[in-house]
Formats: sequence, structure tokens, C-alpha cells
Amino acid sequence: MADDSAPTVEALTVVRQRSARLEVLGEFWHYFSQNRGAVIGLVVFVALMLMAIFAPWIAPHNPDEQFRQNLLQPPAWQQGGSWQFIFGTDDVGRDMLSRVIFGARFSLAIGFFVVVAALVAGVILGLVAGFFRGVVDVVIMRVMDVILSFPSLLLALTLVAILGPGLVNAMIAIAIVYQPYFARLTRASVMSEKNREYVTSARVAGAGPLRLMLVTILPNCLAPLIVQATLSFSNAILDAAALGFLGMGAQPPTPEWGTMLAEAREFILTAWWVVTLPGLAILITVLAINLMGDGLRDALDPKLKRS
Amino acid sequence: MLRFILNRLALVIPTFIGISILSFSFIRLLPGDPVDVLAGERSMSAERRAQLIHAFGLDRPIWQQYLDYLWHALHGDLGSSITDAHPIMGEFLTLFPATVELTLCAMIFATILGVLFGILAAARRGSWVDQLTMGTALVGYSMPIFWWGLLLIIVFAAGLHWVPVSGRISLDYYFKPVTGFMLIDSLLSGQKGAFLSAVQHLILPTIVLGTIPLAVIARQTRSAMLEVLGEDYVRTARSKGLSNFRVIAIHAFRNALIPVVTTIGLQVGVLLTGAILTETIFSWPGIGKWMIDAIGHRDYTVVQGGLLLIAIIVMVVNLIVDVLYALINPRIRTR
Repeated sequence: MADDSAPTVEALTVVRQRSARLEVLGEFWHYFSQNRGAVIGLVVFVALMLMAIFAPWIAPHNPDEQFRQNLLQPPAWQQGGSWQFIFGTDDVGRDMLSRVIFGARFSLAIGFFVVVAALVAGVILGLVAGFFRGVVDVVIMRVMDVILSFPSLLLALTLVAILGPGLVNAMIAIAIVYQPYFARLTRASVMSEKNREYVTSARVAGAGPLRLMLVTILPNCLAPLIVQATLSFSNAILDAAALGFLGMGAQPPTPEWGTMLAEAREFILTAWWVVTLPGLAILITVLAINLMGDGLRDALDPKLKRS
Repeated sequence: MLRFILNRLALVIPTFIGISILSFSFIRLLPGDPVDVLAGERSMSAERRAQLIHAFGLDRPIWQQYLDYLWHALHGDLGSSITDAHPIMGEFLTLFPATVELTLCAMIFATILGVLFGILAAARRGSWVDQLTMGTALVGYSMPIFWWGLLLIIVFAAGLHWVPVSGRISLDYYFKPVTGFMLIDSLLSGQKGAFLSAVQHLILPTIVLGTIPLAVIARQTRSAMLEVLGEDYVRTARSKGLSNFRVIAIHAFRNALIPVVTTIGLQVGVLLTGAILTETIFSWPGIGKWMIDAIGHRDYTVVQGGLLLIAIIVMVVNLIVDVLYALINPRIRTR
């Protein structure tokens, strides 16, 4: 029996692995935090997440409650405004601020869902195509080419026409349109990694194709995928909002930012606040994620480091 | 080079088949009976239904229907609209110049300003100019353009009355389209003020559609320039005592062009997506608005035809970009 005070070989390995992992994380954070914009983006993004999670406690009113005495009331600082509705009310008397706060829930959820779905589907297709090559590869990649031949929003629109308008269908459509990017990236990195020595040695050691693909190769293809995931996150929010704006995404009275803009369109000449706020919310969210994405790219992509 | 082009052309065929299968399946994937979708009629008699099934060819095997569709499509026959019975190809050709005009203007706007800002930022790397232009570029890149369009309308059309809210030309002018390009047609018409009106109508849509490509091109130009500015031959040029302007504008920029040209080519798909939104906001009578209206009216034959045509355009543009890329960058040919 080993003495408790003397560290075993296994324990040492665990410690060493943990410290190596910490080192990688530390290096990553070093590069990430050098980018001031990225840190600002991260802070704003965390704030938006907290806003989304705690929306019912932060929002001054219920986002669907209609105050019939206060239709299209301007923001508090304008004449006719009141502090009860800081950013004014919309055409049926709902509090703009509360609706924008609740809208964060939808946009962030859309981003997460689309990225996860597109990432999982794309990575599986890319792994299979890059690992097995041959006919499988040709078929998968030609299908990806076909999807990429359509402007993303147009394809998403037609998919929604098939599935029926609504938030969930919009997310599915956007995920389908985005996954070819992940498939292509994964396939390219798998092909460049596949013939490296560490893969060959794992194969010689008896690793099956599934283990080779998921455990040996995939972790080494992650960096470009993470960068693409942040890009897709912000684009998904933009596209979902665009679908909502065109009436094919979330349906009223859902306080989704794009849908709110669509409802507000007729008031652009009379009530600027119903138009300005939801769009500003979209811009800030997307900007924060893109700022983070730039920082992530600098920190993860060694080729672009210090450029 | 010829081999490269032939190889690249060979890739077009499977993509085209895929595109045509997708647009063919569209109507059959829609919820409900394709007969109802295609006829746009409600509560048909059984007799009428059988007649229509035969007329649409829906009683034949699916592969025959597809080949039939493909055959007609290759001959420029995409059927006609459910709502107004106009042939789809004709409608597309009438509306397409409006989209091309808008897209070209946006592209020119984005390229000129994007390249200028990119070079400026790279030349003054790390300065406030660099930070300001790149900060603005990131905001532009993150912009929900449908909202951006509404904001510009509020300020410049509704508030300041500098430019009109929507359309391609003021209703005061009327002339028969010759080329379909309003800028050219208004000049040809010889009517006083017509050209100016056309330009005024173009300004806001051009800015809105050009914003994201402008941001992308500026960022790409900056990083391409920075890469090139670190090369030996640039140092040589500098050490020869050439002026900073000459080094940047001639020695460096020429070599930074390749990635920039590719970026510009890749923006065509982005522009077509943007055109859907921009045309909707500004009631611009192009194919983007046409498609949105068709989806709204459930005019699915138009959606089907439009999908096919737009995908073909994107495919052809990508092909041209790839070939051009190989022409200016000899390294890619041997790959």
C-alpha cells in the first residue's frame, strides 16, 4: 500500500496535466486580455446574459402588459414622458424598456441554439468527410456547396416558408444554413491533421475510427471552430432579427427585437423611440460578441498573433 | 491555367444539379397538397383536381417531373406566377437591372471607401486614426442593416428632407425603360432633373447596402497591408529613400490587392442577402423585394424560380471570382 503522504505516479500525472491546462488557459487569457475591445465585449456580453436571466426582476413592467392610457408615450426626458416608462411605450401601451430587456432572452437563446446545432451537425459531417474521404466526402461537400450557393437569408426564408413562420423554425432554418461553414472548417483541419504522427501512433496503438475522430483529431481542430462559432453567434442574432423583421421569425406579441422593429415600422415618422431602442439593442449585442470574437481569434490563432 | 478553369467548371455541374433539385423540391416540401399550392384555389371539385394534377404533371413519376422541370428551366421557362400569371423569367429580367444597379453602386461605394480607410488605418497603425476607423468598421460590421435603413430614413428623409423615402425615381418623371438602369435611362430620357432624382433615390439604399461590405473590406485591406508592410521588399523600398506615400500606394498596395480582391468577390452573396432587406425597406423594385412579396403572397412558383435564378447568379459570380483569383495569383493554379 502506498503511503498517503507520498504522491503516487497517477496523482503526479493528474497534477501535471492540470497545471499544463492552467498554463494554456493562462496564455489564452494573456492574449485575450491584451485586446481591450475584447475585454469590453466580454463585460457587455456577461451583462446582457445577466439581464436575460434576471429579466423578470430587472424589468419595471410585464413586457406584455398594455397600459391603455399611455399609448406611444415618449421617453421620460422628452415632453409628455414620465419616469414610469423610462424609454416610453409602444402603440398599444407596452413599456419599451421591459420589452427590450426581455428581448435579450430571445436573441441570446437564438444565438446559443443556432451555434450548438450548426456546430454539432457541421463537425460530424466534416469529420466524416475528412476522415473517410472518397464518395462520402464528395457527396457531403457537394451538398454543402449547394447550400452555400444560396444567400443565407434567402435560404432561411424559404426554409421558414416550408416549416412555417415562428421562432423555433427560424432557428432551425438558420442552423441548417450555417452548418456548412463548420463542416468545411472541420474537414480542412481533419485532412491536415490526419497524417500527422500522433494520429498514426494512436492508430497503431489500436484506436478505432470513432476514437481517432473524436478524441485524437477533433481537439486539435478546435481553434478555427471556436472563432467561427462566435462569428455565427452574432450572425445568427442578426439573421433571426431580420427574419422577425420580415414577419417570418418570432411572431407578435413576442418581444423579440426584430419582430418589435417590424411592428414599429409604421411609426418611424411619429415615434422614434419605438424604432430606435430594439435596433440599438441588436447592435450592442452583436457588437459585443464581435469584439469578443476578434479577441478570441487573436488569442487562439497563432498565425495571426502579433499581427 | 486552362486545366484549372476546366477543373473549376466541372465543379459547377454537380452544384447546378443540386441547386435545381433543391428548387424543384421546394414546392413539394411545402405543407399541403402541391395541387393546392400550385393552383391557389380553394375547395376544388374532384374533377377539377384530377384535371389540374394532370395539367401540372403531378401524376407522373417524380424523376420524370424533375427532368421535365430541368428541361424547361434550361430553356428559360420557369413557369408563371400563381397570383398574376406573368411568366417568371420575364418578370425576373425586368426587375433584375434594378437590383444590379443598386448592388453595383453599393459595391463601388464600399470598395472605394473600404480600401481608402483600410490603407489609412494600416499606414497610421496604432494611432487614433487606426483605432477610430477600425472601431467604426466593427460597428458597421455588426449593424442590423434593416434598422440602419430605418434610422437613415428618420434622419435624412423624414427629418431633413434631403433625400426621398422610397422608390427609384420621383413620380414627376415617366419614361420607357431602355436599359433598365435608372441612372442611364434618366439621362437618355433627356428630361430635366430626372437624373438628379434618380441619384437622390439611390443614395440611402446604397449606403445601407454598402455598410457591411465597406466594413469587411476596410478590415481586410488593413490586415493585408500590415502583412505586406512587414516584408523585405517594402523595407528595401523605404531604404532606397522612396517617399512614404509611394511605398504604401505603389509597392505595398499592389501586393495587398490579392486578398482584397477575393474579399470583394466574396461580398456578392452578402450583397444579395442585403438587397432583400434593403429593397424591402426602401420599396426598391428589384428581385429582393419581389422574392419577399412572393413569400408573403404564397406565390410559390415565383419563390421557386427566384431561388433557382439567384443561386445560379451566386454560383457564376463565385466561378468568376475563383478564375480571376487564379489569374492574379499564379501560386493557386498549381495547387
